[in-house]
Amino acid sequence: MVEFALPANSKVLPGKSHKAPAGATRVKTFQIYRFDPDSGANPRLDSFEIDLDDCGPMVLDALLKIKNEVDATLTLRRSCREGICGSCAMNIDGTNTLACLKPIEEIKGTARIFPLPHMPVIKDLVPDLSVPYAQLASIKPWMQTETPQPPDREVLQSPEDRAKLDGLWECILCFCCQTSCPSYWWNGDRYLGPAVLLQAARWIHDSRDEHTGERLDELEDPFRLYRCHTIMNCTSTCPKGLNPAKAIGSIKEKIASRQF
Amino acid sequence: MAQRTRPLSPHVLNYRFPFVALLSISHRVTGIALSIGTVLLVYWLASAAYGPAAYERASHVLGSPIGLLVLFVFSFCLFYHLSNGIRHLFWDVGLGFELPTAVKSGRAVVVAAVGLTVLTWAIALF
Repeated sequence: MVEFALPANSKVLPGKSHKAPAGATRVKTFQIYRFDPDSGANPRLDSFEIDLDDCGPMVLDALLKIKNEVDATLTLRRSCREGICGSCAMNIDGTNTLACLKPIEEIKGTARIFPLPHMPVIKDLVPDLSVPYAQLASIKPWMQTETPQPPDREVLQSPEDRAKLDGLWECILCFCCQTSCPSYWWNGDRYLGPAVLLQAARWIHDSRDEHTGERLDELEDPFRLYRCHTIMNCTSTCPKGLNPAKAIGSIKEKIASRQF
Repeated sequence: MAQRTRPLSPHVLNYRFPFVALLSISHRVTGIALSIGTVLLVYWLASAAYGPAAYERASHVLGSPIGLLVLFVFSFCLFYHLSNGIRHLFWDVGLGFELPTAVKSGRAVVVAAVGLTVLTWAIALF
């Protein structure tokens, strides 16, 4: 359901303020969403002043500097720090992206950092992603075949068929697009969302998969697929430059064209 | 450990909506405006069927400055929804999904909607 206001327990209150160290030359303020599940208190917005002359270039560098030097309780997911693991997905400066790929310089004024939108928050910048993961499992993101595999070789694919998967296989499942989608905010319990539908497209367009019909049957549903209204927040926000809106369009096209 | 439900992270009021997304919500808003505005058209047609006095009154109401303003907004909504609806038809056949293209087609929709509205009123008033 469309609900603009946050529930009472989710309203963000003003938080603590941490000043820059004396002698700081290039100060940037980071406002960061904090939620401590053990305190029983509402989420709050803490602000941290960081000297950019003593910090790496990316937002993740600033977050880790804060965690290392200012407030060790700041909690976030991160791993590869080079945009391939998808762990540090969060809402930075109003847009979902990977903290490790977002240069601090691109942010004008105060940097506002929140968890991925419209998700239950476990702690600070760590959202509970179990629903999108369950949705991903529901589309069976693996190869389904009936024909037995040849005993002596792999199942081959022509270069042209392989090219159909470009723009789909590169997804790292960071769920930036999933949580940028207003349709997913309002109907996330029944709409599969852009990231999961892009994965569905990845298997639907795979020439080696033999369950295309069943896959389309599963998706042909007013909610699972057709809550996509081509708002294109997914494509606008994808940190990998992929196009979930186009992938979803290709599924709709496939369902429409199989009727003829 | 304190047991409580997890808070919901901030969403719509905390998100910086790109141009393309604003056009999308405008499509929804103009669609709703058109549904409501159609009642006005029904009122005008019904008044014509009712008799000369009723029609006279309806013309007076719709021809008043506020009435004209409402009709002006209604006509813009119509042309915007029409133009953007055509954009949606292109998407339905798989065309124009690249982001730069979507931005360009969005600009074209705004220009077309404003242009058609101005043209219509220029013809109506002069």
